[in-house]
Amino acid sequence: MITMQIDGHKITAREDQTVLDAALENGIDIPRLCHHPDLTPSGGCRLCNVEVVGSNKMQPSCTMEVSDGLEVITESEGLYDHRHSIIDLLVSDHPLDCVTCEKSGTCELQRYAYKYGISETSLDFELGREEKVDDNPMFLRDHPYCILCGRCVRVCNEVVGADAIQFGDRGFDSYVATQFDVPMGDSSCVFCGSCVQVCPTAALTHKSRIGKGREWEFDRVETICGYCGVGCRIEFAVNTEGAEPDIAYAQGTPNAPTGRFLCSKGRYGWDYAKNKERLTTPLVRKDLAYELGLTDTPWQMPETSPLSAKNTAEYFVPVDWDTAMGIITDKLTQAVREAGPGAVAGLSSARCTNEDNYLFQKLMRATIGTNNVDHCARLCHASTVAGLAAAFGSGAMTNSIGEVRDADCIFITGSNTSEAHPVIGYEVNRAVQSGATLIVCDPRHIPLAEKATIHLQSAPGTDIHVFLAMLHVMIRDELADMEFVRERTEDFESLEKSVTAMDPETAAEVSGVPAADIERAARLYALGLRQDGDSRYGGGVEGRGDSERGRSSILYAMGITQRSNGTELVKTLANLAMLGGHMGKASTGVNPLRGQANVQGACDLGALPNVYPGYQKVTDAASRAKFAEAWGSEALDEQAGLTIVEMMRAAEAGDVKAMFFMGENPMISDPNIGHVEKALRSLDFLAAVDIFLSETCQLAQVVLPATSFLEKEGTFTNTERRVQALTPVLQGPGDARPDWRIVAELGRRLAAALGTPQEQWDYSSPEQIMKEISSVAPIYGGMDYGRLGTKGLVWPCPDAEHPGTPILHVGEFRRGKGKFHAVPPRLSSEQPDEEYPYVLTTGRMLYHFHTGTMTRKSKGLSWKQKRGYVEVNEQDAEALGIADGKAVVIESRRGQIRARARVGATVPSGVVFVPFHFKEAAANLLTQDENLDPDAKIPELKACAVKVTNPAQKKQTVKEQ
Amino acid sequence: MAQSVFCLVCGGTACESSDSDTIYKNIKTQLAGRGFEESVQVVKTGCFGFCEQGPIVKVLPDESFYVQVTPEDTEEIVDEHLVKGREVQRLAYKEPGAETISRGHQISFYQKQVRVVLRNCGFIDPESIDEYIGRGGYEALGRVLSDMSADEVLAELETAGLRGRGGAGFPTHKKWRFTKAATDTQKYVVCNADEGDPGAYMDRSILEGDPHSVLEAMAIAGYTVGADQGYIYIRAEYPLAIERLQMAIRDAEAIGLLGDNIFDSGFSFRVELRYGAGAFVCGEETALLKSIEGDRGTPVQRPPYPAVKGLWGKPTVINNVETLAGIPVIITKGGEWYARLGSETSPGTKVFALTGKINNSGLIEVPMGMTLRDIVFNIGGGIPDGKAFKAVQTGGPSGGMITEEYLDTPIDFETLQGLGSMMGSGGMIVMDEDDSMIDVAKFYLSFNVDESCGKCVPCRIGGRQIQKLLERFSKGQGRPEDIERIETIGNWMKQGSLCGLGTTAPNPALSSITHFRHEYEASMSTGAAEEGAGGEQAAKNEAPAG
Repeated sequence: MITMQIDGHKITAREDQTVLDAALENGIDIPRLCHHPDLTPSGGCRLCNVEVVGSNKMQPSCTMEVSDGLEVITESEGLYDHRHSIIDLLVSDHPLDCVTCEKSGTCELQRYAYKYGISETSLDFELGREEKVDDNPMFLRDHPYCILCGRCVRVCNEVVGADAIQFGDRGFDSYVATQFDVPMGDSSCVFCGSCVQVCPTAALTHKSRIGKGREWEFDRVETICGYCGVGCRIEFAVNTEGAEPDIAYAQGTPNAPTGRFLCSKGRYGWDYAKNKERLTTPLVRKDLAYELGLTDTPWQMPETSPLSAKNTAEYFVPVDWDTAMGIITDKLTQAVREAGPGAVAGLSSARCTNEDNYLFQKLMRATIGTNNVDHCARLCHASTVAGLAAAFGSGAMTNSIGEVRDADCIFITGSNTSEAHPVIGYEVNRAVQSGATLIVCDPRHIPLAEKATIHLQSAPGTDIHVFLAMLHVMIRDELADMEFVRERTEDFESLEKSVTAMDPETAAEVSGVPAADIERAARLYALGLRQDGDSRYGGGVEGRGDSERGRSSILYAMGITQRSNGTELVKTLANLAMLGGHMGKASTGVNPLRGQANVQGACDLGALPNVYPGYQKVTDAASRAKFAEAWGSEALDEQAGLTIVEMMRAAEAGDVKAMFFMGENPMISDPNIGHVEKALRSLDFLAAVDIFLSETCQLAQVVLPATSFLEKEGTFTNTERRVQALTPVLQGPGDARPDWRIVAELGRRLAAALGTPQEQWDYSSPEQIMKEISSVAPIYGGMDYGRLGTKGLVWPCPDAEHPGTPILHVGEFRRGKGKFHAVPPRLSSEQPDEEYPYVLTTGRMLYHFHTGTMTRKSKGLSWKQKRGYVEVNEQDAEALGIADGKAVVIESRRGQIRARARVGATVPSGVVFVPFHFKEAAANLLTQDENLDPDAKIPELKACAVKVTNPAQKKQTVKEQ
Repeated sequence: MAQSVFCLVCGGTACESSDSDTIYKNIKTQLAGRGFEESVQVVKTGCFGFCEQGPIVKVLPDESFYVQVTPEDTEEIVDEHLVKGREVQRLAYKEPGAETISRGHQISFYQKQVRVVLRNCGFIDPESIDEYIGRGGYEALGRVLSDMSADEVLAELETAGLRGRGGAGFPTHKKWRFTKAATDTQKYVVCNADEGDPGAYMDRSILEGDPHSVLEAMAIAGYTVGADQGYIYIRAEYPLAIERLQMAIRDAEAIGLLGDNIFDSGFSFRVELRYGAGAFVCGEETALLKSIEGDRGTPVQRPPYPAVKGLWGKPTVINNVETLAGIPVIITKGGEWYARLGSETSPGTKVFALTGKINNSGLIEVPMGMTLRDIVFNIGGGIPDGKAFKAVQTGGPSGGMITEEYLDTPIDFETLQGLGSMMGSGGMIVMDEDDSMIDVAKFYLSFNVDESCGKCVPCRIGGRQIQKLLERFSKGQGRPEDIERIETIGNWMKQGSLCGLGTTAPNPALSSITHFRHEYEASMSTGAAEEGAGGEQAAKNEAPAG
């Protein structure tokens, strides 16, 4: 700490602070325009200039470092005149039509013009930039209002990493430009709107807010984003003057644990909530309605697949809640009575709250009496839960999101972070910008590979060879943290033996990754080296670290888990982290990035067939007894229930007769959806709760309308195990109800019908449900709505005083010692062959989410990406005669789809990639539901064999014949 | 037969653009045709400096100085002089008004010059490392690496009193000491060759005429501060300098004077070129470093200074071409020798590009402390056509005007600043009685407005505001309060701008008001700038063929 004086006040400041930061921290406000707390200082606006005692020059306080004994003056006549001159200059180049300006009230130039009493310029008025650019549905660029502070440019480069904008031209003619002045949609812009958020004037404006009111007229509601697992806190500006609240725009909040910036989905992907296709009333399918006498016309369910069916709303008739609930109660009761509780299965949802999920699994277990409950985590991180639990004793992110930016080395594998978890991508970008090394291991040249120190572009399914060789090198070259290995782990010897044969040359031969790259990656990761060869924490820098090596963090996602050897791959990543000693410290760890807003919570709350809330095993008698008592049940199911893919097989086999889905759309998200459709059609009864009539709902007999995350209360647990509270922003449409109310009502009715205690279903609020959760799930023991605030609480949080646990395994692993696992190098289950010579890999893309039910109904997002596509390598495209943008047919042993080709170098030769969001080109018609991972039962969605053909060429050939 | 006759052909950009390359080739072919290729060595050298008279061909040992030579003249030079030994009177230089031919140092343009930095320009073939070595090149580096500690090098520079020739005159040894003191393992040496002042071409001529002197100095800097990598940031508009630097780097690496383990000392140093894309502001050191990093070249607030936190955040010595080119001589001849040249506060010599309304426009090197009168009237040969001297602009677009009454001031860093101008990189543009100072001010100011990066408010908008006011005066539409407005906005810019470009950008306007206020006042009554647009024309024409 240093001591200095500001305006005669003695203050202390940290050595790395600027004068401006120190002043602000001490409550001294200095006028400023180009400064932004999340961005590097620019020093361009000159407004924050201060006087330094003993020097005759003014200095911008935003770039000036503090030093011992420094004395600065922030207000003086000279400074007043100087600042007056700056504002005078700026308003000579800025329209002063504040009375109609959308930013009036939050415009920072307006604020200072007011402060310095400048109603018009004393100079000649002249605009340097006159163009207003309206080239996308998300935001307007109104150049005349731009004061060239550069915040937008910096946030785009420093935080987002999109590098879409830069200053064009120079001097008075400067303006913020895209590369070569292309329209924004053709630039590298990712439409995250961060530039709009940081813009101090009306130069950048969200189009959604235009005409919706003045800034001071909006209500501000903060809630948690409902898309991916990052769990961003969003502040919605809401116009409440109309009949119903109306969102003007969304922005990040400075006090959010995941930072103040959002991605395109969080920023612009909320307009689906007002889509006219939202479900507003319970529906009964016409065949059942006729059977029950609700309609007079007989009707038969068409054979058309929901993927291509049209006007499907006509399949149903609207009914009231009482009727709908009555039908479901009767049908499920009938199934239980006729075939036993095991004939019923339910899919809960990673898109619903903790409270919704808790009630759902309680319904299945306590009231219906089966463990047949699962949700889409089965298809994403089941192998993480299994693998990390085996290695560490707990299957979740070991560290928190905010730590990523301070890592020395980041190792990303099987995660297209900047598209699937964009806000974590920002953290990675910030780390790299500040000098961290980035190792990317991925068959695709994902956007972050562009920023990577090394891209280990392994052939699909061969990453295991690369990891094993990295372990080999770490041991061979004595890069391992043997002190950590000795003190904190067990079974090192079996690991050592298992990797002896996998030298980098052998791995190179199989994976195609140069041996030298593997060696370099092993070294960077093991020692935690930055780009300059040093490490921030190296040498035990005072107050920062305790270790001589730097901090390395592993981030991974579906590219690791959706594999037939997913659990083994996860264990291998755990081996790497333990061998490097990168566990139990800030900015280290093994960090599975979870894909949905509450997939962590849905797992935590027991929406899995083998565990109760808090990962207490259903096969454990003590746990069973505990929950039986808590739920007032006589006995609970002793066997682990069916997983998703097993449920579908059982349904097809007739063992499962009735199913109940809450917010899941397996008709798009599950592997081999041809098979899923067959299974669902063969059920006696299917009921589904959703916000839209999804492809899955179309196969249900009863559909219930739910509220979306924007319309409900409850909590989400994000990927870093942080429990955060939702606040309703909008009203639900029509008769839509929150899921917890639907489940509770159904619970009450089923309990009555099946003779279990009805009082177990007396819930009046999500808060009350959380109280019950905290009493039965020790990791949530200290969770209480009153404690969540704006930062939430990170589990394990066992009691009301516990502050939460952002970093796991500090000092001791949850299982005691960390366990090394010897893992064999196994390849993907379905290898390409002569008939199916290409490897298909699937995944997400930036602008859409999961099955597209929300994002494809968002105006901005669907404008940016309307249709599905298939990425084809340029060499393959040439060989196949496929042109960019032209149709391609992809066929596997299970089905075929048609999509437009995106020809390029993102995928290597021999590999094609299809995003799975688009029903018209549904990737999961092709994927396999055989060859599940033996431990986690996860299907191998990341690799199957396909053939790729050019339909135009086929026609040609036919003609020629 | 030993080669005792040398025929030197100027290969600087100015002479090359007047076809000196053909002259060189003609002489070579014609000598060969006459069987004299063995007895006369034809050398294409760097710039002779006397650009007004180019293309120049010099014959040694006769010291014959042929001027304005054309390719058609070569046959005569070859046949008469090189074969028969008879000077070609018609082409030999005569002082204006003189009857007889002047040779070598008799030429008054050269008489008062002291060539330290330009020691090899016009003497050696810049494309031959052997010729550089033959004139003592790389001796300094050898001595530094074998006999001198870093501290001894610094002490020598301190004794020499060498100050940065890029304009600010910061003591070079101090800059190097900051970088040496930094504890980072990676450091850099950067040569600023982004010469951009209108009319200035000192650095270009040095790089074209003696590229190895800069490479040698960079290696010395690298050794002294602990850097193993150097970058030369050179404007892409200098293709000949780039070509010669590339060749020089290749040649030096080939014989181990750059690269790994130089002179077996364990010291390694590499130099790479980076090209500027035509932005004047990239001559500002922080903008230059941004540009090398691949970013838009915009200045960054100092401190921290590059010496401590420069390229990619690492300590970086950044010196101008002329500063570097003088260093090898300081090492070989000693700091004391250098300190004896020049004035007390500004030791050594300075290269100026003398242009504008002057008889002998060209590149000159003089000891600091020489008076402007000596430069303009002796070396420069006075004003053409018998016109009266009006002012000289020093410091390029960042500097100011110096009028007749100050012509006897000995010039150095401090005195020029005292006169409201600055040394700058060494442009010196002479204006005569025909030039309108409003138009001259408008020209320079507009240059600065065009070249402003636009990052900081005072420079971006203030400059444009002054420009508009000057345009108004130029059209005779100025208002009485506008003079004060120029001064007010000018002061905003001086106090408030981020970098040197912005803080000095209003200088031409302010200086013209200080010295020629009457022209502004007169323009308001006559309705036009005095003497039409002559000033702007003078300023535009100042760079000879460059």
